[in-house]
Amino acid sequence: MIQALFFLFAAVAVGAAINVLVQKHVLYSALSLIVMLTAMSGLFILLRADFLAVIQVIVYAGAIMVLFTFVIMLLNLPADEDGADRLRWLKFIGIPLGLFLLFLIIATVWNVKPVRTTAAMIGSPQAIGKSLFSDYLLPFEATSLLILIALVGAVVFAKKDL
Amino acid sequence: MIEYFTSWDFVILIIKIVVIFGAVMNVVGLLSWIERKVMARVQMRPGPTRVGPFGLLQPMADLLKFVFKEDVIPSQANRFLYIAAPLVSLIPAFLTFSVVPFGPWLQVTDLSVGLLFVFALTSLGVYGIALGGWASNSKYPLMGAMRSSAQMISYELSLTLSVVGVLLIANTLSLRELVLSQQSTWLGFIPRWNIFLQPVAFVVYVISGVAETNRLPFDLAESEQELVAGWHTEYSSMKFLMFMMAEYANLIAVSSLATVLFLGGWNGPMFGPQWLQLALPIVWFAAKVGLFVFFYVLLRSTIPRFRYDQLMKFGWKVLLPLSLANIVVTSFVVAVA
Repeated sequence: MIQALFFLFAAVAVGAAINVLVQKHVLYSALSLIVMLTAMSGLFILLRADFLAVIQVIVYAGAIMVLFTFVIMLLNLPADEDGADRLRWLKFIGIPLGLFLLFLIIATVWNVKPVRTTAAMIGSPQAIGKSLFSDYLLPFEATSLLILIALVGAVVFAKKDL
Repeated sequence: MIEYFTSWDFVILIIKIVVIFGAVMNVVGLLSWIERKVMARVQMRPGPTRVGPFGLLQPMADLLKFVFKEDVIPSQANRFLYIAAPLVSLIPAFLTFSVVPFGPWLQVTDLSVGLLFVFALTSLGVYGIALGGWASNSKYPLMGAMRSSAQMISYELSLTLSVVGVLLIANTLSLRELVLSQQSTWLGFIPRWNIFLQPVAFVVYVISGVAETNRLPFDLAESEQELVAGWHTEYSSMKFLMFMMAEYANLIAVSSLATVLFLGGWNGPMFGPQWLQLALPIVWFAAKVGLFVFFYVLLRSTIPRFRYDQLMKFGWKVLLPLSLANIVVTSFVVAVA
């Protein structure tokens, strides 16, 4: 049952991810990305990381992607662009960089050792809260500062005469 | 796997899903009658009276009318998204009820992150409106969709943050445990409901709840005087009906969540024989949800619409600081006590 669901979600995620790249229209790409993120949260649920799954949908699919689609709809970009031609030389950098990223991911996954612990103990909101506010307190606070800087920056850009 | 699908647990689960889905569908239909009748009474009109006793069969007549109407798709619309949009808004609205505890024994599933699950679905509901407005490829729907997206993103913040105070007290995210945490009483007769502990959070939640469901006085997405009908201007027939069903389902969902979070869910006086003891929690729950729904309908018929800049100012400069202050104060009290 879990295996069948895994392949279902994985297929949807991979299909949607490919669709993000293939689609000509920017809005369809953004919508495929939302489908991909939601399928990913399904995979998280199968790993018993309920909290992560729900947060994934709230933050990425529900908040960030709404703003993306919002901007795309406002600009109403034409479906077909010629701008891609100007960036043709990027292909030659893109392919090696992509392969390098793939290598990094494979190397990381290869080195991961399975942990002998119940998944529910890691994935519960309590466990995540505890580790966020003890072991990872500094990165957590640093991230919040980073987001604050981005917020202030956005306000400064939007309102030149404060 | 096969054993599970043939076990009684599975059969009971299916029965629960059918019962809850059927009940919600019926209440959604009934709500359109309640809304018209209550609004009519407030405005000293009789409201629907012709179809059935007290006009009670009006929703059935409306349904038939919607089904047999011509389904128009504008020629310049984006067909795929135009058809998908009503579904995208309807499905999350109904999925919410999979975690709502209607009674001690009537809940489809109790997730450990139930409350966040509801918020995740609410945040996905925006897409139905945004896509519907955009896919129509017409001025008014696009403006309505833009307004609605901005409004829902803004008020989602205060809606989510207002709940944090309750979570700090209850120490859980599961909706069932939230209800159980409000079971006891003070002095033997005052129920220990969160509304008494978190009055500020309650007010912020109720106001943001109205904004989140796009209803008056926050219905800028469809404000008929300026935008014809906002994001669903181009929609007709069943697709329009699906948008309306999503709106009413969201209204019931927001009311159910308010009941669970602040009014003690199914808790209430228990008496009588065994069968009554089983039925009473659901009666209390339905009564409390009904109270909220009635309040929202009254609100619609009595308060005029906000201006757009007032709406944004109110959300960001009043509700958000208020809910943040509530979190700070509650954290201090919880830490000291």
